Amino acid sequence: MNCKKEAVELMHKYLDGDLTKVEESSLVQHLETCEDCQKHFHELKRTITWIQSTEQIVAPPNFTQSVMDKLPKEKKRISYMRWFKAHPVITAAAIFFIFMFSGVFSAYTHDSQLIVSKQEDLIIKGDTVIVPEGVTVEGDLVVKNGNLRIDGTVDGNVTLIHGKLLDNSIEGEGLMASVGEVNGKIEQVDQVFEWMWYHLRNMFESIFSLGTV
Amino acid sequence: MEFMIKEKIKQVKKGDQAAFEDVVAFYQNKIYQHCFRMLGNAHEAEDIAQEAFIRAYVNIHSYDDQRKFSTWLYRIATNLTIDRIRKRKPDYYLDAEIKGADGLDMYSQLETDNPLPEEEVESLELKSYIHHEISELPPKYRTIIILRYLEDFSLKEISDILDIPLGTVKTRIHRGREALRKKLRHV
Ligand SMILES: [Zn+2]
Repeated sequence: MNCKKEAVELMHKYLDGDLTKVEESSLVQHLETCEDCQKHFHELKRTITWIQSTEQIVAPPNFTQSVMDKLPKEKKRISYMRWFKAHPVITAAAIFFIFMFSGVFSAYTHDSQLIVSKQEDLIIKGDTVIVPEGVTVEGDLVVKNGNLRIDGTVDGNVTLIHGKLLDNSIEGEGLMASVGEVNGKIEQVDQVFEWMWYHLRNMFESIFSLGTV
Repeated sequence: MEFMIKEKIKQVKKGDQAAFEDVVAFYQNKIYQHCFRMLGNAHEAEDIAQEAFIRAYVNIHSYDDQRKFSTWLYRIATNLTIDRIRKRKPDYYLDAEIKGADGLDMYSQLETDNPLPEEEVESLELKSYIHHEISELPPKYRTIIILRYLEDFSLKEISDILDIPLGTVKTRIHRGREALRKKLRHV
């Protein structure tokens, strides 16, 4: 066995717990006959013992407190801020969005008119939009500043901005099973952040769908 | 313990700053010790260890819950210490060496109440010498020797902490051990 190349290599494998049974016996065999390697092996093991003999060190007193004192002050909206920091691409898009559509907040706060994305076959009673029984809305449905009752079917996603989805099951009439159907996602947007998020995501979805066409 | 820490981290992610205090208290000695061994002096160790916790807090949302928190924290601390070693001014480094303060400084930090008997003072000198030799290793070997033999991480864990292949960890630990063997063989 070559001392420098093979034997020393096997010693290190031994120290890392990587030695196979066969390698182990060939190392042992070599060590029995080679004094230089015995010495080398002994020095390596002694080195490790010495490294490990250094004591535990403890942090200075008040370490934790001084870390806590240096943390950025917690604010109520900090989680949003951190979220934005963790998602720089979306944050950049949000800033872009705010500049491009700066009307968004005023639209959110001032505009209280009932808006429905499509009106064919739908019934509007006061602030409630009804998808009548037997009617199928093809495509997505967006209702803003109003409630929605679905007795029929929506073949797409439903988004409610500032409004509720009304429960249409009528107790005692055995109609529980005939509630309307939505073949997509239902989403309610009530908060400014969600409202922004909704717009952002729409923007992204349109970008991505444009990209993939 | 890892479970308790995971729960605390969840609370921190939700915005509960106070929960982070328990995380710092739990890891402070380990991280401070790691920085001390990497940097060789108390002042820089405290500075960098604190910075590591602050970075962990600020970037907590980039921590993946599926992985071990300690691995993530050690990675932050290790990167900061290596950064600091790279930025050291040559004159500062030289100064620290002439004074030979590295080791002595370190042992003034030991948690011990009793006065030392004579043979222990002798072994303190030896320990101080060993520590000095470790701190003379190039950082990439030093890091692995410290993580493996002073902080008891497995080679696989070290490869996770440093984000380098296991094979590279093995090559470096072999070279680190050989370098130290040569330095310490005549002691
Ligand atoms: Zn040999």
